[in-house]
Amino acid sequence: MTTITQTIKHRRISEITPARKVSMGIVEILIGILIYILFAAALAPELQTTFNMTPGGINVGTMADWVLPSRATLLVFTLICIGIGAFQLIKGFGRATNGMVGLCGLLFVMAFLIWQASGKSLNLSGMLSSAVLLAVPITLAAFSGILAERSGTINIAIEGMMLMSSMFAALIGSLTNSAVLGLLGGVLSSVALAMLHAVLCIKYKINQTVSGTVINIFSAGMTAFISQKFLQKYQNLNAPPMLSRFPVPLLSRIPFIGPIVFNQNLFVYLMLVILVVLQLALFSTRWGLRLRSVGEHPKAADTLGIDVIRTRYVGMLLSGVVAGIAGAFFTLGSVGRFDEGMTAGKGFIGLAAMIFGNWYPFGALGAGLLFGFADAIGSKLSLLGSAIPPQVMGMAPYLITMIVLAGFIGKGQAPAAEGKPYEKE
Amino acid sequence: MSEAQAEKKDLGQALLKEINPPPEEEHKKGFWKSISIPALAILTGLLIGAFMIAATSTTVWAAFGESIWRGFGTAFKEIGTAYQALFTGALGDPVRIVRALGSGDAKEIRSALNPFLESLVQSTPYIFTGLAVAVGFRSGLFNIGVEGQLFIGAAAATYVGYAVTGLPGFIHMPLALLAGALGGAFWAFIPGFLKAKTGGHEVINTIMMNWIAFRLTEWLLSGPMSRPGSGGMPLSPLIQKSAEIPQFFQAPIRFHLGFFIALAVAWLINWLLFKTTWGLNLRTVGTNPRAAKYAGLSTTKSIITAMLISGGLAGIAGAVQILAVNHSMALGLSSGYGFDSIALALIGNNTPLGVILASLLFGTLRNGATRMMVVSAIPIDIVDVIQAIILMFVAAPAIIRAIYHLKQPKKEETTIFVSGWGGK
Repeated sequence: MTTITQTIKHRRISEITPARKVSMGIVEILIGILIYILFAAALAPELQTTFNMTPGGINVGTMADWVLPSRATLLVFTLICIGIGAFQLIKGFGRATNGMVGLCGLLFVMAFLIWQASGKSLNLSGMLSSAVLLAVPITLAAFSGILAERSGTINIAIEGMMLMSSMFAALIGSLTNSAVLGLLGGVLSSVALAMLHAVLCIKYKINQTVSGTVINIFSAGMTAFISQKFLQKYQNLNAPPMLSRFPVPLLSRIPFIGPIVFNQNLFVYLMLVILVVLQLALFSTRWGLRLRSVGEHPKAADTLGIDVIRTRYVGMLLSGVVAGIAGAFFTLGSVGRFDEGMTAGKGFIGLAAMIFGNWYPFGALGAGLLFGFADAIGSKLSLLGSAIPPQVMGMAPYLITMIVLAGFIGKGQAPAAEGKPYEKE
Repeated sequence: MSEAQAEKKDLGQALLKEINPPPEEEHKKGFWKSISIPALAILTGLLIGAFMIAATSTTVWAAFGESIWRGFGTAFKEIGTAYQALFTGALGDPVRIVRALGSGDAKEIRSALNPFLESLVQSTPYIFTGLAVAVGFRSGLFNIGVEGQLFIGAAAATYVGYAVTGLPGFIHMPLALLAGALGGAFWAFIPGFLKAKTGGHEVINTIMMNWIAFRLTEWLLSGPMSRPGSGGMPLSPLIQKSAEIPQFFQAPIRFHLGFFIALAVAWLINWLLFKTTWGLNLRTVGTNPRAAKYAGLSTTKSIITAMLISGGLAGIAGAVQILAVNHSMALGLSSGYGFDSIALALIGNNTPLGVILASLLFGTLRNGATRMMVVSAIPIDIVDVIQAIILMFVAAPAIIRAIYHLKQPKKEETTIFVSGWGGK
């Protein structure tokens, strides 16, 4: 077992090259300058930004409002970014480089918010709370991708599985008048598609991207067909009970964090549970080691008596389960009914989050939260009467995905054998 | 010539043949053999579609409640009605056509043939987008962004179409088409460039570009490019008469010059891909990147040019729809041409002729499905399901062979080369 352990143990992000060290330093300084030019320079010095720190309608774990002098805060942000950039250029942060770029990005976003809300008040914690909720489908899609790809199968069909699940969750939830049964139905429909993908990829060895596309087209057509044929005609088939919000005892009383994370609906808690279970199962159990070995070096795994084909089927099955939960979120946890094409590319953004998180559950959660935050900003700012059109704000998550993929944050390492069908010799 | 040299030359020729199987040879090997898999895939797709029609019909359920035989009878009747509507809606009513031809009335003949002409109109954008995806596949790229490129191309063509005035038609119309091609090419250039330079996977990037394109056109059409008095609806002004692609007949018949432009472009792409060194290089990078590397070909250049051409074709698809059919731009411009085109390219085996045939099939299906929706209240999205099933069977011929007990071919099928994440 030692050889596999060695091959798959060290997948850490590659060393920081000198060119990367310099370019990241320049980027950080540029962010600082941009904060000044775009936001700070145009503000009157006496303006203040008020951040409400408790989401509306919540009365446990409350926190007082933050009142910030807009311009002064932005100037401090500018200096921090330039300072980080200068240190990066001169000495370098080594392995913390990516984290520092991320910090500067976060400061830029905060600066944008402070500028937008100058002279007004913005419910920051409400925004964060909705960011967590919006991150759920993306993060779960990323987990689904991790399960498939760690075992060696590329799964771009997550979008289609989510769409199918969201429709079946609405349909079965309405028929049985039970959200839990709806969730179960959604998950089953998603698992069926996952098994189809697995058979096409593992047994028939067709190109995995093509197979994923087949499932995506099929789901889009099938859900639209059933929706028009039944759900739109009989409205009571499209009115599932929703999983409502409930506070977790004790934890929800923590100021700031409590209302944002522990006063949500079941899907947020499911996401957190899956996060922990997935992390432990993949990296602390024999089962996880075997699953990963099949994705990295199937031949070696086979030699050691691991059933490669079976393990890959199991990986896809679990991927389907998680994608199904992600899909059911749309109808049971967010909107309360099914609309055609309602997943709106979240499955693909989830894949980007998976790559961003370097195929690690916690990394995927971080990326998912970032995308959720970008989404939340878009919807909240239009309420604030921002000059930026909502359509342009709506581009943000997609733009961030592309920038991330361009290797801005550093290249991750995909499982070595993913995308390749296994043939026994 | 020494023996070693001769051997070397032979090796070179063998390599060339491997990369570039002469198309004539394929035809000789048996036309039926080469289309048996797609034909059976289409047949199976239609059969499954028939099953869906019967299984989702409440009248069929009710009939099954009475007796099994009545149930089957009703099911066949429902399927018959639906597919008959599909057929007459797509190709015209044979009885009416014969009668019209007999009467010799030109107007009557035209309107009897209109369903068929309308199928050609529906096929036109498919030809362009199918070619766009095929060019990508040939160079090893999976361009799922055709839909977004189509929108950007359409927006560019619309802008040139209404904002530029005072030009004669023979300059204005090509200019608008060119704008469409450039718009689409630009939109495809970005993911192509990212793929070539950073290894960012084009599948995700083109999908992201799709969403950005939708938001961008929505913003353009409700802001800078909106029609005065449209009341906030995302809708562009009408294009100038001089920018319109001419239609051949009067009003209800929409058959237009764009169809022939599509055929000409397909011929051009065929020539580029299979008759020029440039095309050979592109296909070498697509089928065998390692050989291409040893031959000293630039992958970067190949990826970027392939994406430019692919995007340009997608842009023309959008432009032709605007200039010939819609004459103004709204958000419902495309009924998923970009996504369907993936199936088209694969069913057509990534050859221009194959793409044309597959486009005619899909255009006909979609046109007929509109009529089927009116007659039998079957949502048009059933076409997507049938397409997905056809695509699945074409991609996995082993399943079709198992169903119909066909023999395994001697030669391995050519598979499409699509890389994993991060441009590996």
